[in-house]
Amino acid sequence: MAVDVKIPTVLRAQADGQASISVDGETVGLVFDQLITKFPGLRPNLIGDDGGMHKFVNVYVNDDDIRFLDKLDTKLEAGDTVTILPAVAGGAL
Amino acid sequence: MELRLTDTQYRVIIGNCYDGLPNESCGLLVGPTVDGVPTGVVTEARPAVNADASARTYSVASKDMLRAMRSAEEHSCEIVGVWHSHTHTDPFPSPTDVRTSVDPSWMYVIVSLKHGAPMLRAYNIANDTITELSVAIVRD
Repeated sequence: MAVDVKIPTVLRAQADGQASISVDGETVGLVFDQLITKFPGLRPNLIGDDGGMHKFVNVYVNDDDIRFLDKLDTKLEAGDTVTILPAVAGGAL
Repeated sequence: MELRLTDTQYRVIIGNCYDGLPNESCGLLVGPTVDGVPTGVVTEARPAVNADASARTYSVASKDMLRAMRSAEEHSCEIVGVWHSHTHTDPFPSPTDVRTSVDPSWMYVIVSLKHGAPMLRAYNIANDTITELSVAIVRD
């Protein structure tokens, strides 16, 4: 069951320059496993030290942030779009 | 590289920074790239929600990132930068700005509201090195 994964510009160098990758997987975690198997350089950007989602990325399934679903256990259906977004932050502090 | 903003984009950015007071404001720049590198042209200046709602830090609301990424894709563009305000400090990247910088190709715009008139500056931040960019405001 394939879903479309959108890769942000900053991570494309680790993904062979691709902006969009078709990956099989029934949950976001399984899709990430497939992606990391294909492109090991993505691992430190996607997975945190605790094995969960890295705090500097946000992941959406279609229009929903997976932090408010089941995080990496969020289930996927064929044709879903998984979008990986960098967390953009800073400030005067 | 030179950041090129239209009059309207400039006004959107400055207006967004004042609208957000007393908190920091932020937004995303969308534009074309060549071989993954921004050209300096901006096609959209998109105000975003500062999810931190703070006078000292900002986080672009992830939903606004998602919308900007989709809009960019529709127009064969990319997110090419981000702006935020410094309400009481100079328009220069703070240690936080450097530490949390996302993409070495991005243009980082900082608007200082410290003085009477807003001051807008732009930078590249790559490998902890800050390089100021020239900024051109062009007619729409």
